[in-house]
Amino acid sequence: MAISPASRAPLLSAHRLAFSRNDEPVFGPLDFSLGRGETLLIEGDNGSGKTTLLRVLAGMLPPGEGEIRFDNEPASRDNRNGCVLWLGHRTGMNESLSARENLEFLAGLYGTRQGASAASAMERVGVVGWLDEPLRTLSAGQKKRVGLARLLLLPGDVWLLDEPYANLDRHGIELVNALIAEHCADGGAALVTSHGAVRFADPRARHIHLVA
Amino acid sequence: MASTAQSIVDGTTVTRVEHASAFGACGALLRRDFVLAWRRRGELFLPLLYAVIVAALFPFALGPDPALLARIAGGVLLVIVVLAMLPALESMFRADLEDGTLEQWLLAPQPLALLALTRVIAHWLTTVLPLIVVMPLLGALLNLPVKVLPVLIVALLLATPLLVLLGSVLSALAAGARRSGILMALMLLPLAVPVVIFAAGAIAAAQSGMPFIAPLSWLAAALVLAIVLAPLACATALRIAVEA
Repeated sequence: MAISPASRAPLLSAHRLAFSRNDEPVFGPLDFSLGRGETLLIEGDNGSGKTTLLRVLAGMLPPGEGEIRFDNEPASRDNRNGCVLWLGHRTGMNESLSARENLEFLAGLYGTRQGASAASAMERVGVVGWLDEPLRTLSAGQKKRVGLARLLLLPGDVWLLDEPYANLDRHGIELVNALIAEHCADGGAALVTSHGAVRFADPRARHIHLVA
Repeated sequence: MASTAQSIVDGTTVTRVEHASAFGACGALLRRDFVLAWRRRGELFLPLLYAVIVAALFPFALGPDPALLARIAGGVLLVIVVLAMLPALESMFRADLEDGTLEQWLLAPQPLALLALTRVIAHWLTTVLPLIVVMPLLGALLNLPVKVLPVLIVALLLATPLLVLLGSVLSALAAGARRSGILMALMLLPLAVPVVIFAAGAIAAAQSGMPFIAPLSWLAAALVLAIVLAPLACATALRIAVEA
């Protein structure tokens, strides 16, 4: 299959990206780029700045130095929003609402992937019996899986996943790896942080090591 | 209300995504907030109970003087409504900041100011509108003259959305702070005073049979200004809250 120049341009790239908090450098300067079909694994010890890097890339923190580009354009709300899906430590879902209500609300904000529905996404992540229970009755691992269902339901080329393996059992870890592999095969890209305790599926994935 | 977007993959145009329209997003947020309000309806009942109790206690504390009550009823009801609104204003964005929902708002392909305005509308409908609905009952408890009641209700319909809009900006600013209740009250006080003065002006004018349109027009003008500006300020404050 011929690859056009448009698809070869990196979805997301960072140039001399650095971040400091109160004049203490947190990470960087970093240079990397992420094209369609690629996965980037960000490793480092606790407190090495993995989450901060992801928050800067998501636009939730202003970059201290350097530049972030989306689709070869300087990152802005216009080209970032709708292109990025964020899965952080906080679930992003209300505990009093059911998984279905939470997912349908987010689908209202973001839109839905073609052919996806809250029920099918929940079935895929294996929390099928808990669709209409308030989220607070679910275990931490089940909530994490509902978060993964969000990735299946909402459109977004770049996945920013902060510790997606936390709280998950062995099958859950395999599920995360399978979802990332499918997303990349579908032309998406993923940035994944990990403290290095789990085995990452894609042997071709590039790694960034952050040192505290 | 979903439009279909197209993206280019490998040189061919493929339909992949159904993007959400801003209108649909506001609808989804309203629906979510109404469902949450219904689940917490016991909590929403408290301001209403507070207003009824205060209005019922006033005649006992002041003594049975119908003329005195009729003179002060309008102002007392206005202050009761403002005080009853205050506690809920503080937590307008608190839960959404804590569970990460605001992070999802920020990254959604929707204007953040529009989502903030939608939240203001949902908040007003669920926590303030019930207070205005029971006004005829509270007015009867305080011997409010019947001809003043419509003016009081119109003044509240203009003044309370204005207060919620002002409160939304402060609430977004204070969302990250612990125990922000006192801070919120202190910051809202100087902003609430002019609103109360104009509303009370309309009520006093109606009571003495004078024209009351001018103060109501001022409230309406301020409300229009706040509908445009407050959501923008609120959106900026929410970005700061998520950064912190």
